[in-house]
Amino acid sequence: MGIACPLGLGVENVWKRMLAGESGLAAIQNFDTSALPAKIAGQVPLGTRAEGKLDINEWIPVKDQKKMDRFIQLALVAATEAVEDSGWNPGEDREEDRCRTGVMIGSGIGGLPTIYEASTLIAQGRTRRISPFFIPSALINLASGHVSIKYGFKGPNHAVVTACATGVHALGDAARLIALNDADVMVAGGAEAAVAEIGMAGFCASRALSTAFNDDPTKGSRPWDRDRDGFVMGEGAGVLVLEELEHAKARGAKIYAEVIGYGMSGDAYHITAPTEDGDGAFRAMRAALKSASLEPSQIQYVNAHGTSTPMGDDLELQAVERLWGDAAKHLAMSSTKSAIGHLLGAAGAVEGIFSILAIRDGVAPPTLNLENPSRESPIDRVAKQAQERPIETVLSNSFGFGGTNASIIFRKAA
Amino acid sequence: MSDTADKVKKIVVEHLGVEESKVTTEASFIDDLGADSLDTVELVMAFEEAFGVEIPDDAAEKITTVKDAIDYIEKQKSA
Repeated sequence: MGIACPLGLGVENVWKRMLAGESGLAAIQNFDTSALPAKIAGQVPLGTRAEGKLDINEWIPVKDQKKMDRFIQLALVAATEAVEDSGWNPGEDREEDRCRTGVMIGSGIGGLPTIYEASTLIAQGRTRRISPFFIPSALINLASGHVSIKYGFKGPNHAVVTACATGVHALGDAARLIALNDADVMVAGGAEAAVAEIGMAGFCASRALSTAFNDDPTKGSRPWDRDRDGFVMGEGAGVLVLEELEHAKARGAKIYAEVIGYGMSGDAYHITAPTEDGDGAFRAMRAALKSASLEPSQIQYVNAHGTSTPMGDDLELQAVERLWGDAAKHLAMSSTKSAIGHLLGAAGAVEGIFSILAIRDGVAPPTLNLENPSRESPIDRVAKQAQERPIETVLSNSFGFGGTNASIIFRKAA
Repeated sequence: MSDTADKVKKIVVEHLGVEESKVTTEASFIDDLGADSLDTVELVMAFEEAFGVEIPDDAAEKITTVKDAIDYIEKQKSA
């Protein structure tokens, strides 16, 4: 598993900081936010890899950096960590293994800043100055492309684009490609880097971002709290190496967890708003449970979509309550977006990693800033402090614009 | 060596991320310096920007070595 997020680089580093209740949210410093109502975000901290921070020159040769938007760079960082962690990196002499290894890394928006730069050249009448690398830098599937080129992975090369549900769809679809015998190993996840003026302006215009905590950035993301007022944008990437179980066992791989369930649904309702009864979320979770042949009571922890928007958080909560029924009182559910913001297309992938680590360590990560819940619930939302709990099976949710919903279930490796 | 040659070589070093010693006058961008076709398009754009010249596509296609670039630019500047 590999991660680059506002709490830094490296799975263990990020997880340790998350369990300690640290926040990766801060005031945006690298561009002018004076025209934007939202001025805070979660950005990958700068520094050395040894410090658990990002110096892109340690990861990608300078001459190649201009060929890829930042979302691709972050995908490469997370994929490199994941491949190193997995120990699966067949060389040129193992052509068949390479052909059985695929890549499926998606993004919600892709190279938005790159598109902005090219548009600016056109507006300035400098159309001929557009770089030959503009298109391959902006294309979403080039994250998968670059990872496959770097490692020689010649199996299925695919990319998911389902807004904020991208990460879960990528993991679930990749797991299914393995189940369908299209590959033995899939390097899967999501990447996003829309913390730029154009991305911030766009989400501000759709009134999705928090604007009330510009002076107190770490308080901005507060899922289920009555004072929440929108999500805080984050950037980063999460990549996991998924592998057919017997294949992994045969090579003695480190197995963190198993993907045992996956469910999807569509709202058929509105371009940005969820249905008023949270039915899409309900059906995605129910489908995931069915595919895993599980009852809700067999799930101990839910990593919520929980973006800190006024409407979405409680609808998801109600959907979980409805599905779990009496079992809700034994359930823990938290939103790790409280610490890192909403990573859009990368969210489901990094949250998949947190879900798996919750199983490994028997601990539910906290929902920061949950001071006063807007709605009472029998579900323990792990307010402010991590909780040690027996956790064997976890469900993680991601929902996206367009009314697309996905849930995935991980279980402790047998 | 002319100023043009110096400047061309500097641009090649920066854009292709190669060592200065490898950027000889005779060096071919693709065969000797590891460039691909997109790299060469970008290189020509960098020459245009740096020298304030316009290099049409049919001329750009014929610029495959450091020497080709120097000669073309010198000719444009003296024209």
